[in-house]
Amino acid sequence: MSGQSTTTAGPVPATRERTTLSEHIVEIVSDSGEGAQKAGQSFGAISAKMGNGVWTVEIIPSDIQPPPRTKESASGIRIRIGSGVVSNAGDEANIVVAFNEIAPYSRIEQGAYQKGTKILLESMWASHDDEEVRENYARAVADFKRLGFEVYEIPMQEECLKVVPDARRGKNMWVLGLLCQLYNRDIEIAADQIRHTFRKKSQQVVDVNLQLLQGGFEWAGKHLDFLYDLPPTLGEIDQVVMNGNEALSLGVIASGIEVCSMYPITPATSASHHLAECFERAGGLVHQAEDEIAAIGFAIGSSYSGKPAVTITSGPGLALKTEFIGLAVMAEVPLVIIDVQRGGPSTGMPTKVEQSDLLAVLYGQPGDTPKIVLAPSTIEECFQFVILARQIAEAFRTPVFVLTDSNLATGVQPFARPKPRKEWFAPPIDQSPWPQGLNPYEWEPSNGISKRPIPGQRGGEFTVTGLNHNKEGRVSYLPEVNQRSSTMRSRKLAAFARTLKPPRIHGDDQGDLLVVGWGSTRGAIEEAVDRARAEGIAVSSLHLRFMSPFEPELKQIFSRFKNVVTAEINYSDAVDDEFVPAEHRRYAQLAWVLRARTLVDIGCFSNVHGQPMRPKSILDAIRTITQPQNA
Amino acid sequence: MYGLKPDPCVLEVPDKYYSTGDYEKGVARWCPGCGDHSVLSAVQRLCQEKQLPPEKTVFVSGIGCSSRFPHYMKTYGFHGLHGRAFPVAEGVKFRRPDLNVFVVTGDGDCLSIGAGHWIHSIRYNMNLTVLLFDNQIYGMTKKQTSPTSPMGTISNTHPHGSVLPPINPVQSTLGVANVSFVAQTADWIPGHLYATIKAAHEHQGFSFVKIMMRCTKFLPEQAKQMVGDKEHMTLLQHPDGIEVDMATANLFKHTVQHDPKDINKAREYSEDPDMFYLGLYYQDKTAPRYDLYGAHNLGATPEQKLQVLEEEFDKFAV
Ligand SMILES: Cc1ncc(C[n+]2csc(CCOP(=O)(O)OP(=O)(O)O)c2C)c(N)n1
Ligand SMILES: [Mg+2]
Repeated sequence: MSGQSTTTAGPVPATRERTTLSEHIVEIVSDSGEGAQKAGQSFGAISAKMGNGVWTVEIIPSDIQPPPRTKESASGIRIRIGSGVVSNAGDEANIVVAFNEIAPYSRIEQGAYQKGTKILLESMWASHDDEEVRENYARAVADFKRLGFEVYEIPMQEECLKVVPDARRGKNMWVLGLLCQLYNRDIEIAADQIRHTFRKKSQQVVDVNLQLLQGGFEWAGKHLDFLYDLPPTLGEIDQVVMNGNEALSLGVIASGIEVCSMYPITPATSASHHLAECFERAGGLVHQAEDEIAAIGFAIGSSYSGKPAVTITSGPGLALKTEFIGLAVMAEVPLVIIDVQRGGPSTGMPTKVEQSDLLAVLYGQPGDTPKIVLAPSTIEECFQFVILARQIAEAFRTPVFVLTDSNLATGVQPFARPKPRKEWFAPPIDQSPWPQGLNPYEWEPSNGISKRPIPGQRGGEFTVTGLNHNKEGRVSYLPEVNQRSSTMRSRKLAAFARTLKPPRIHGDDQGDLLVVGWGSTRGAIEEAVDRARAEGIAVSSLHLRFMSPFEPELKQIFSRFKNVVTAEINYSDAVDDEFVPAEHRRYAQLAWVLRARTLVDIGCFSNVHGQPMRPKSILDAIRTITQPQNA
Repeated sequence: MYGLKPDPCVLEVPDKYYSTGDYEKGVARWCPGCGDHSVLSAVQRLCQEKQLPPEKTVFVSGIGCSSRFPHYMKTYGFHGLHGRAFPVAEGVKFRRPDLNVFVVTGDGDCLSIGAGHWIHSIRYNMNLTVLLFDNQIYGMTKKQTSPTSPMGTISNTHPHGSVLPPINPVQSTLGVANVSFVAQTADWIPGHLYATIKAAHEHQGFSFVKIMMRCTKFLPEQAKQMVGDKEHMTLLQHPDGIEVDMATANLFKHTVQHDPKDINKAREYSEDPDMFYLGLYYQDKTAPRYDLYGAHNLGATPEQKLQVLEEEFDKFAV
């Protein structure tokens, strides 16, 4: 680092070379409350506006009030930017901006950095009054160097104090300026972003933050001996940028649903927070029930009365809803159930990602409970699939699940601004008299669908019951009646499956290996497949969005590959576990179902690290699996 | 299915005159002498007197003998899960102010498995008419101890007598925040039963009616004893209370004047170990109602929804 003083401001000298990149990963880590996340979100928004691909994800501290300057208190944000579309959070970070020397440690433990990662470290701690702090700092710098990171000590505090009296508030915007310089961002777009962020604050606040931005921008221009360029290729289209839970929330409004009945649970709750802010103006309401059982019961009551409803939850809440899910299937009440999956079983890891509710959703209720299950794989699909789910729920008179996870819930990605249509809002409610002589469960034999009477419809009066019933809705335990009603409920799935197209294959439609995934892992899997293909490996991938019923022709597709494995974030016994005989191996959840469905010997690559899958780990798995064939 | 129709929730003037037969469906399969039969008759009579349109009337129940009730009403019905009638009924009422919603629940259904929902439903204070069929036993599953079984009750789960004091539903309900209507009646005094259900239906809010029921099948001695016991039964009377005819009033040996606004006195009566008080314990017509909140923003137009979405997209726009 050069140690010159900063007296003049101005553009980067023309002599400075910028290294052109196709993509990069930046992390900003700090104690919670220092604004790292705001800086990162702004940086992502500025980049998206310029036409770059972006994926951001927050790094959340594990405790609610952790003591400052501890590993537990590390919070922050990861921003991955690319010239083109970015579909996942990627592998190790390239640049880390650290507000103190302790914050990087927990990320290092999680393998988030690698040799050569540049750590831009706040240097104020080197001259702190407390000797222990100074020693800590020196030790950390030595640790980081020993681990192969490049450390750049940066006087953030000192520089910020030139603009503000309290640098703890404001450092984040200075860092934003630094990053804008580092990645050749358009400073005017950055300034606009600041004006937008602080639009509800006074002009003075806006000005101070603009000065901080400019300060960081200029400082980096003069002092950093490396600068990058990340030329955008996506062009300027109308985009929105949000996380998956916000997308779900807007999907709820766009779907015409009027009631969201929920009980708070991480990581699903933030969807209801957003909804609570704007739903009311759109004629909807969030009902916070006394527990998850009541939440789904309330939603069922609402939907039964002709007011479309959704219930949003996560694993432990899903467990409580079990009996009502069975009732909704049995009584044929349309309903949208969103499960934002987290680590399990039991209370598990509330803030960590897992995809381990698939089997619970498919088979978790006593008795036969056929249902339709969708799994969005992008933030945009979180929005679209809620709309789709409500339409399917009503068309097929059945509960429909939308399975997302905390990776989608917290991941932020830009996507084309949706164009909502009025038809999406149409209420199901039909209050014209019920056709005379029509039964409440007049199942159409070919598809199991029947027309549903709604309270208020004269002539449609009948009693919903969770007891087995015949087409007249009357309780019956006769063998042939129970067989018939079960068949009719099941037939809806077959009918729905007939409307689906075979899934698109990413890569060639034959080869040595097919990687099958579902949900939030899509970006990482496809990226890993692209890299492997560039290495000459004959691998493709396939991402399922319909988990029940599956999209058609899976068996035919699988038959064209020598090997098929799923990549999933849930538990499986390691294939080489010396204590687990092969015949007792427990597979990952999608693998179980696909094996049963297709009778293909499908393997799986899975873990329960609680982390989004990284492209690199999938790439390693691809290499290992295909190695014998390559050799 | 997705045709754009205006919100239909508007009150209609009935164009048909209903007789009690218009509310009757099938043959009730309760034991002969079971108290459930008399409640069914009283409710059918109420529907007829109030001319409730069958299509605008919903009976929601849980599981139990008593919860079979909706099957015998020619209205809409929802015979759901054991203990979960309240959440379903609340969901039905939340956005449908035009519907008359009744809840039928048993002592096990309401006070044991559904106890959490019961407490919260009192607090929500939605306009629901709640009929608690308290037969002090689990009938459907054949004589297990219920939360209201008197201590010492011989049952299949306590063959040597139950060992805990019972829950007192009237007392407990009176202890919950936002309680708005609590009454007690008995299945074997039809005049009082009818008057009480009628008052409950007329109350705009959560009206909780505990009905003392005979289970002639599993607790025949108790049933006989209750019906004959005039010594331990007192009629609550007040101009603001539940009005009964002279003949009904004359059935009571004891009467007492009780102002249903007086919650302390109501609690005192509910806790009296030697006396059952029939009538209106408590009424508060001003308690906040959650169903009014639920209905306050009904009928948003597609244009309004579009506008909110566009505003939100603007916020997230880059
Ligand atoms: C989840 C669940 N647990 C248990 C049962 C079995 N069960 C059905 S009715 C009932 C008790 C009913 O007693 P009560 O509510 O007093 O109604 P009654 O039959 O006396 O009218 C029980 C335990 C059930 N149906 N569902
Ligand atoms: Mg009972």
